[in-house]
Amino acid sequence: MSSTLTRARDEHDEEGIPLFAPHEKVYPRGVQGPIRRLKWAVLCACLALYYIGPWLRWDRGPAHPSQALLIDMPARRAYFFWIEIWPQELYYLAGLLILGAIGLFLVTSLFGRIWCGYTCPQTVWTDLFLWAERLIEGDRAQRIRLDQQGLSLEKVAKKTAKHAAWLLIAVATGGAWVMYFNDAPTLVRDVFTLHASTTQYGFIGLFAGTTYLLAGWAREQVCTYMCPWPRIQSAMIDEETFAVTYRDWRGEPRGKHKKGDSWAGRGDCIDCRACIAVCPTGIDIRDGLQLECIGCGLCIDACNEIMDKVGRPRGLIAFDTYANGVARKRGETPHRRFLRPRTFIYAAVLLFVTALMLTALTRRSTVEISVLADRSPLFVRLAGGSIRDGYTLKIENKASETRTYAISAQGLPGALLHVAELEVVAVPAEQGTVLPVRGDAIGSFRVYLQAPKSGQPETHFQFIVRETQSGETARYEATFRGPAS
Amino acid sequence: MPTKREKDVATVRETTGHEWDGIREFDTPLPRWWLYTFIATIVFAVVYCVLYPSIPLLRTHTEGLLGYTNRTALVASTKAAVAAQAKFIDRIRAASLDDIRKDPELLGFAETGGRAAFNENCAPCHRPGGAGAKGFPNLADDDWLWGGTLAAIQQTITHGIRNADPDSRQSQMPRFGADGILNRQQISDVADYVMTLSHQPAPAESAKRGAAIFAQNCVLCHGEKGTGNQEIGAKNLADGIWLYGGDKATLIQTITYARNSSMPSWGARLDPVTIKMLTIYVHSLGGGQ
Repeated sequence: MSSTLTRARDEHDEEGIPLFAPHEKVYPRGVQGPIRRLKWAVLCACLALYYIGPWLRWDRGPAHPSQALLIDMPARRAYFFWIEIWPQELYYLAGLLILGAIGLFLVTSLFGRIWCGYTCPQTVWTDLFLWAERLIEGDRAQRIRLDQQGLSLEKVAKKTAKHAAWLLIAVATGGAWVMYFNDAPTLVRDVFTLHASTTQYGFIGLFAGTTYLLAGWAREQVCTYMCPWPRIQSAMIDEETFAVTYRDWRGEPRGKHKKGDSWAGRGDCIDCRACIAVCPTGIDIRDGLQLECIGCGLCIDACNEIMDKVGRPRGLIAFDTYANGVARKRGETPHRRFLRPRTFIYAAVLLFVTALMLTALTRRSTVEISVLADRSPLFVRLAGGSIRDGYTLKIENKASETRTYAISAQGLPGALLHVAELEVVAVPAEQGTVLPVRGDAIGSFRVYLQAPKSGQPETHFQFIVRETQSGETARYEATFRGPAS
Repeated sequence: MPTKREKDVATVRETTGHEWDGIREFDTPLPRWWLYTFIATIVFAVVYCVLYPSIPLLRTHTEGLLGYTNRTALVASTKAAVAAQAKFIDRIRAASLDDIRKDPELLGFAETGGRAAFNENCAPCHRPGGAGAKGFPNLADDDWLWGGTLAAIQQTITHGIRNADPDSRQSQMPRFGADGILNRQQISDVADYVMTLSHQPAPAESAKRGAAIFAQNCVLCHGEKGTGNQEIGAKNLADGIWLYGGDKATLIQTITYARNSSMPSWGARLDPVTIKMLTIYVHSLGGGQ
């Protein structure tokens, strides 16, 4: 710590800038305008999606959950409308995440950080919490005053009301999250009648806690310090990407302006600091594109309001590209260039992965088998002189109804097949037998194969399982073991 | 040591006022969240000490208001597990072995319980999965000494073989060599004949002599063709499956000294439900009849 102090002093001597900026609380001011209205609309849409999601129903028959979006942990199933995913198919989720990431790359390279500014949950919930704060404690100036004044009944009442409102929203957030993992109507009833499990209450509490902490207290610090996305998004942005831009060629030199003063020889920026006051991350957009800017554009609304008041044209701050900024400065006509190598590559990768995912989904097999050969005993000599191996055969029936499967073993001359669960005698292995498996379940069978002694310690063969209705087939390479002599 | 608290020029923050060789130290308080978390852990510790056993005294320890101990927790969870199994256990006690096999739920429970009991009590001799070892029969094949039906298996497990239990399986093979019933040449001849029974190569001359000796001494128990007799545990000599080995040296040893191995009676050690589950499990290993 002490050496830091020495360094800090040295730095100060040379640059005049302290090494560490202590955190300053941001008090964003409320603002009206088209962008704010758009932001409210997106916020409502996102919240609606989040809260309505678990209440959507989807009929899958009596034996299955009727919730359209459900991750059923105890039953190890995930449901998405007509798609049902088993745990071993989690790569679909990985695929979705990859799609999300590449989609984000594409959108970012085209329009800048609109994900951050409009749809990111951190932004949506921070906005919601700020709205509650503004409703209870008042706008920026009143909030600053409230924080600075000493303890009073009014301050305690307002702070209590604010945190109560925040906690309420937080609990509602955590509650809705848990609904995606449980049947929503049952869960709501259980939660309010105190019949829900400790796990359910625990997770509601956990997500309520993180929501309260991140959206209430941490806010812009999540974007600035915790989130990796602002730090890598510069890789997607080029001079043709739209971003919240301060048109310095119009605004500078800035300065205070009194009514009636001439606008000649000066810029349009009257240094009113409205753009800073409304910024949810508390930055000065006039410093140019920066890491902390989440691209929400609220400063555009604030600045336009001021420009209207002082009678200058709107758009001193606007969504614009860097290239257009340069063009406008020179007096050239601005242009839009959406088709760039970068966007082509992102779009192509996006299409490719989408096609891959769709192919995987449509070709998703509804029958899978796994075969586990007995380890002890490896093989058994029978009284008749032949050798018998035991296997545990598991057939996954991913369809919702009971289906029958014809199983056989190919590649073992003269072998007989016998299934312990079926009280039938052994049948020729190449011909096989038929097994029923309940819908959405794994059928587990003890299968015995009996073959004449061949003198080979290992014989490779195939288990073949064919669904009798659709003819869908799954194969498994297995080994028949026997004595060497 | 001078203790002049002052503001640092660069950062405008207080220093502690201590100075070591010109190096001064910021008076930076702990981050508040850190401090509060620390206080919360202290509060947690106090509450924990009150509620749970925690502070060691000289001979004992504080018990805590909740009266929790690992031992009582284990007893409670064991009790809960036993209670959860009770309905299956009761049904298995009441059902016949055939009925258990017909009920998929009971069959699954019995096989699982049987496997656990088998691994604990039987696997040391019979090996996991009933693979068997020299002198300890393989339970997965279709060659049974005393019968492979459910009833026969249950009987064998309950009372054992050749032990002090009055109901145990009893039979005795004579010590043909050691007791002087047959001489060395005769034993060698009969061993050759026994090898031909399971289609192993043996000199025809001596095997022919052995056949006569076999007819006189062995047929009574092992049958005319050496196919054995499960009533008295007489081994099938014709099927190529051997308990001790089918080569000539081992056969001579077996005939000379006899093999009268024993299996404990489990009826006294295991409860009837466990024996039922063991029966079901052993029957399911592949050789059940």
